[in-house]
Amino acid sequence: MALPAAKQGALNGRLATLSLPEAGAWGTEARRDALARLEAMGLPGRRDEYWRFTDPGLLNAAEPATAAAFENDEAPLFSAVDRLKLVFVDGVFSPEKSDDIALEGLEIERLSEAMSRDIHWVREVYGVLEAGAHSPVPRPHAALNTAFARDGICIRATGKVSKPVSLIYLHEDAGSDAILHHVIRVEPGAEMTLLENGPAAARFNKCLEVDVADTGRFNHVRAQGRDHERVAVTHVFARLGAESTFKSFTMTVNGVMTRNEAVIDLTGPDATAHIAGACLGDGAKAAFHHDDTVFVRHRAENCESRQVFKKVLRNGATGVFQGKILVDPGAQKTDGYQISQSLLLDGDSQFLAKPELEIYADDVKCSHGSTSGAIDETGLFYLRSRGIPEGEATDLMVIAFLAEAIDEIEDSVLAEDVIERLKGWLARRRRS
Amino acid sequence: MLEIRNLHVKLEEEDKQILKGVDLTIEPGTVHAIMGPNGSGKSTLSYVLSGRDGYEVTEGSASLEGQDLLSMEPEERAAAGLFLAFQYPVEIPGVGNMTFLRTAVNAQRVARGQDEMSAADFLKLVREKAKDLKIDADMLKRPVNVGFSGGEKKRNEILQMAMLEPKMCILDETDSGLDVDAMKLVSDGVNALRDAGRSFLVITHYQRLLDHIRPDIVHIMANGRIIRTGGPDLALEVETNGYGDLLAEVG
Repeated sequence: MALPAAKQGALNGRLATLSLPEAGAWGTEARRDALARLEAMGLPGRRDEYWRFTDPGLLNAAEPATAAAFENDEAPLFSAVDRLKLVFVDGVFSPEKSDDIALEGLEIERLSEAMSRDIHWVREVYGVLEAGAHSPVPRPHAALNTAFARDGICIRATGKVSKPVSLIYLHEDAGSDAILHHVIRVEPGAEMTLLENGPAAARFNKCLEVDVADTGRFNHVRAQGRDHERVAVTHVFARLGAESTFKSFTMTVNGVMTRNEAVIDLTGPDATAHIAGACLGDGAKAAFHHDDTVFVRHRAENCESRQVFKKVLRNGATGVFQGKILVDPGAQKTDGYQISQSLLLDGDSQFLAKPELEIYADDVKCSHGSTSGAIDETGLFYLRSRGIPEGEATDLMVIAFLAEAIDEIEDSVLAEDVIERLKGWLARRRRS
Repeated sequence: MLEIRNLHVKLEEEDKQILKGVDLTIEPGTVHAIMGPNGSGKSTLSYVLSGRDGYEVTEGSASLEGQDLLSMEPEERAAAGLFLAFQYPVEIPGVGNMTFLRTAVNAQRVARGQDEMSAADFLKLVREKAKDLKIDADMLKRPVNVGFSGGEKKRNEILQMAMLEPKMCILDETDSGLDVDAMKLVSDGVNALRDAGRSFLVITHYQRLLDHIRPDIVHIMANGRIIRTGGPDLALEVETNGYGDLLAEVG
């Protein structure tokens, strides 16, 4: 079937500036397949159901808009955490800036190395989870990523990993257009934590495919921030086996346009998936648009899923939440929870929410809620009555609003780090 | 200490007069109690004094040690030495109790031109005060009032009062939701803070709190005014006869 002219046009424009990277062995085929998927879908347009609230123009454009790297005087997030650092500069892995990639319980390789070998576990995951996630909603920028990813890291956890793996995305070139694709496999009984932070590039397209085997545990804390003009589209694809656990938290501040998609597939019984986001958006220095689009599918019995997304918006900032829980026939005893809330600090900002439940099993517990509101005056008065000035008290109320999302971070040291970062951001706004 | 003159207050949102000429003078070192039926304006008085939004003062004045309270922001009133123990202490998720206390203590110190308290000094002080109120380390670490029982919330209010060392303390129905043991603990906490330079205004429905926190002066409030003032015996009279007779007296 031919694509609508607009989609075809956008696709042609984008493809004109891309070329399939050299990949040996199975990599070439995986990339070609992804390109074929992309060509069948075309690029998104405003008339697509899941792009009504977010303009894909900046993502579709042949070239990225320039984005200056923004400097502040804070130490980067996670600086005080004992971790294995893997550094990317404008979307390219930098062995010089990174730690030695050896850590007990982990196998780490660059994507290009994994692709050059015929027999490799990555082959079972790379582009596979992505390819399975286009129904009911196509995700063309993910297929584009699989086809054209310039770099990426493949991590296989085989035991309990002693410290987090930390992916650090430095942004130096104001015109960089980064495409990164990471693949993770957590083997049965293994456990690992992945950290991600940094502005990455002027335009950043990132895919993370996570395959958690039975009884595996995967924790993920990421921060998207700093650069005001940056543009990002990210996808997390997770496949969860029986009794496995997946927990992902994202903090977002600044950024002209961020679209974070997550597709979580609960394929084995008794699995747990929590995905959360805390976002602070201020449209004063540059536009701010943040979109969380989440799809959780319960395919097996007795699984639990939670989606907790909180957004604080001001000065014309826009927040979007599109979240769906799909419960397959037979996925009895499902416990699904979804909450999306926004705190609007002025009349100019807006929050657009599209919560959905689709349930085909009869013995399930699913709830969803979505609210928009102003700051809680009673709480604010309580803090001020203790002598805390209005500005500082407002900041504390913002943290209080975000708390339910931040609580999804299991490690209290990481949670505290995130809270301090959010406080710092709020304090800077108060001074400026 | 506290001087309230002919205070008239209405709700901002609706044209409803709540306080209709309250006069009250509280001397340093004294404990005053205000009793009265529901809707008499007791809690409104506490909110107006501490600066909550939503009320409009249409007439009269209120001052703390000669400073005009009504022109100050809530945080300025706190720094000037006013403290309100809430009837319903507010839950603040994501903000640790200790962080909250330290932020408040230091904000007040800065507002008064003092240096911030060092982390070590603060920790020592808070542990000492918390111990007296049977507040354990876990309650100090947890988010402010989140998941606290009714008694724990009220004890936490008294801990804040002990840390902030205000001059004028208003206790708004501190006895509500407390069992006998908790009431004793809270009252002991309050009594420990009584001294010649500090005054209290205890708002309550019932005489029983006043068995523990012995007032010097008792006021009866009804329909937005103080209708009678007397000694501790007045509270006993209310307990025996109810408010009916007193209200009938003033017609």
